Amino acid sequence: MTTVTKTEGAPAGTGPEGFLSVRDLSVRFATEDGVVRAVDGLSFDVERGRTLGIVGESGSGKSVTNLTILGLHNPRTTTIDGEIVLDGKELVTATEKEMEKLRGNKVAMIFQDPLTALSPYYTVGRQIAEPFMKHTGASKKEGWARAVEMLGKVGIPNPAQRAKDYPHQFSGGMRQRAMIAMALVCDPDLLIADEPTTALDVTVQAQILDLLKDLQQEFGSAIVFITHDLGVIADMADDIMVMYAGSAVERGTVDEVLRAPRHPYTWGLLNSMPRLDSDLSAPLAPIPGSPPSLLSPPSGCRFHPRCAFRDRVAGDRCVTERPLLGPDRSSACHLTAEQKRTIFAEEIKPRLG
Amino acid sequence: MKEDLVLPAPRGTAAEREREPLLEVSGLTKHFPVKGGFPIKRTVGQVQAVDGIDLSIGVAESFGLVGESGCGKSTTGRLITRLLEPTGGTISYRGRDITHARRKQLAPVRSEIQMIFQDPYSSLNPRQTVGKIISGPMEINGIDPAGGREKRVRELLEIVGLNPEHYNRFPHEFSGGQRQRIGVARALALDPKLIVADEPVSALDVSIQAQVVNLLQQVQRELGIAFLFIAHDLAVVRHFSQRVAVMYLGKIIEIGDRDSIYTRPRHPYTHALLSAVPEVTLTEGAGRNRERIRLAGDVPSPISPPSGCRFRTRCWKAQDKCATEVPPLVRIEGNREGHLTACHFPEDPTITDRGEDIVLDPALAALEETDQG
Repeated sequence: MTTVTKTEGAPAGTGPEGFLSVRDLSVRFATEDGVVRAVDGLSFDVERGRTLGIVGESGSGKSVTNLTILGLHNPRTTTIDGEIVLDGKELVTATEKEMEKLRGNKVAMIFQDPLTALSPYYTVGRQIAEPFMKHTGASKKEGWARAVEMLGKVGIPNPAQRAKDYPHQFSGGMRQRAMIAMALVCDPDLLIADEPTTALDVTVQAQILDLLKDLQQEFGSAIVFITHDLGVIADMADDIMVMYAGSAVERGTVDEVLRAPRHPYTWGLLNSMPRLDSDLSAPLAPIPGSPPSLLSPPSGCRFHPRCAFRDRVAGDRCVTERPLLGPDRSSACHLTAEQKRTIFAEEIKPRLG
Repeated sequence: MKEDLVLPAPRGTAAEREREPLLEVSGLTKHFPVKGGFPIKRTVGQVQAVDGIDLSIGVAESFGLVGESGCGKSTTGRLITRLLEPTGGTISYRGRDITHARRKQLAPVRSEIQMIFQDPYSSLNPRQTVGKIISGPMEINGIDPAGGREKRVRELLEIVGLNPEHYNRFPHEFSGGQRQRIGVARALALDPKLIVADEPVSALDVSIQAQVVNLLQQVQRELGIAFLFIAHDLAVVRHFSQRVAVMYLGKIIEIGDRDSIYTRPRHPYTHALLSAVPEVTLTEGAGRNRERIRLAGDVPSPISPPSGCRFRTRCWKAQDKCATEVPPLVRIEGNREGHLTACHFPEDPTITDRGEDIVLDPALAALEETDQG
């Protein structure tokens, strides 16, 4: 059963602002081993025409959040709290019928692996035409024409012929282009891209990322871009939200988060990532340990068992008290703003070279 | 996690570590037959996975092999470890030809060339304990280290940063990064001289990836083991390797010292690869001065690769000569010692912005045209 409880006492003034507004979202799965708290108290906004990059490692809850927005979770085992408002419409309480009208129309998704996301039974053209016909009531002929037009737009050579092909006849990069064509066929207001280029080669990835950026300018959609790759995020996003163990730990614009990060986890990510221009004399500085199990997440700050700066916070606040993330530029950490600035400037930045 | 590694003194004298090649490969070729037809299946084509490559790896050298999927880098790794039978060419290990050596002849060599696999989930037997997995190579080769195998396994666990108490645990009790450490311990069990690591960190999360890269680097430096490091991630390869080879469709198109390849590339494909890597720019304005090259389409099929230079179908400099003549892998003018490039019309040795983007992708070019217009 999907149980829906409204957030109690959502403070006034934090009502939906952006085009997509997520407030205090919690997603829990019942499993054999216990309840997995995949997402815990997550809030964010996305405005039209902007790209929000969600970055995090596997198990940080970034994909679950977005499956929940589209209502693609398994309702029998999932408990959702909080609210998701898209253009004034509440999605958590929406019926399946209402969601069906949204999916592929107002909200579309690009998945990581285009080979499993496309059906092997139908031609690529038919799969692209289908959502268009369903949502606009277009005829088969119009739908096909639209599919061919979209395939051309995403750079499939000879689109009228290739639309008759099946997914297995496409290469990896072309399949992902077809997925983008399918996602954009109804001119969606919100596009969710879940690791859209992770399965692709680097030269193809660069093509697809640029294509998405250019198409966004043309279509003006909001994009939620999920990835584990900070380089991709830096390239694509306007705003960044860093997730760790089911909640957001830092948010801000791209420049703010990547050039003046304030959370020890973000520092850790930047430090552990080799770059083409990084200093080679020093070894990488990985984050010790591994991400926690979401069956029994650590108390207080979820990052505290791996945090190198825990001892700079007085008392045991890190263990007992969960730091909160503000709505705008902020980081969920008990270090003072001054400490964060000096630690980054003196200890983290020099290592980044 | 243990940060300090307990390692025995590096083997081999300084003289020994000099550039005497440990492994030499020349003209190495692997073609896989493509079968088709009914009812009798015939060979209808050949996948030219690896097509005549030459490389040599010195003692204790870390050598990186980069390229996109399907370029033959993994096949090369498997040929060198003799998990696949080469179609042509020679592999010689410490001066001995092992290209077609038989199982028995190969046994001593096999213990010196070990492999680390990409997927830490499928490369460990779920039914064996960690102790059994790591002592497996010793058992097969009948090696009894002083103090017994169990002691040696515990030592190895400590070297790779795992708790020796985990001897009796099963792989499923470990996380991905820890499993990869078990894989490293297994590879170290026989004191190898060369480790072929096939995408050893690409299945891991960023923070864990760095832990394993550091571990491999420590092992490489402190134990003096040569590495053939195969990966698609250019930044990781740069971090790990002293020398780098770039592969495209079964051929090495550029090879040289790390600095030479990463800052003074000559082959257009190397330029395109480096320019495509998404980078975090940490300071205002920096990084914007990288050249921007966007290729069109995907890598062609290795069943019928383009004639002449294999990159010519995606190259912006291609001319008639490229279709008829295979460019030799040679040191071209302006290259440093040891930097070889296979190209008729090489690029300038720089990676900075050229003032004009190269956008070959028709859809991108069209969209960007309208933006400006």
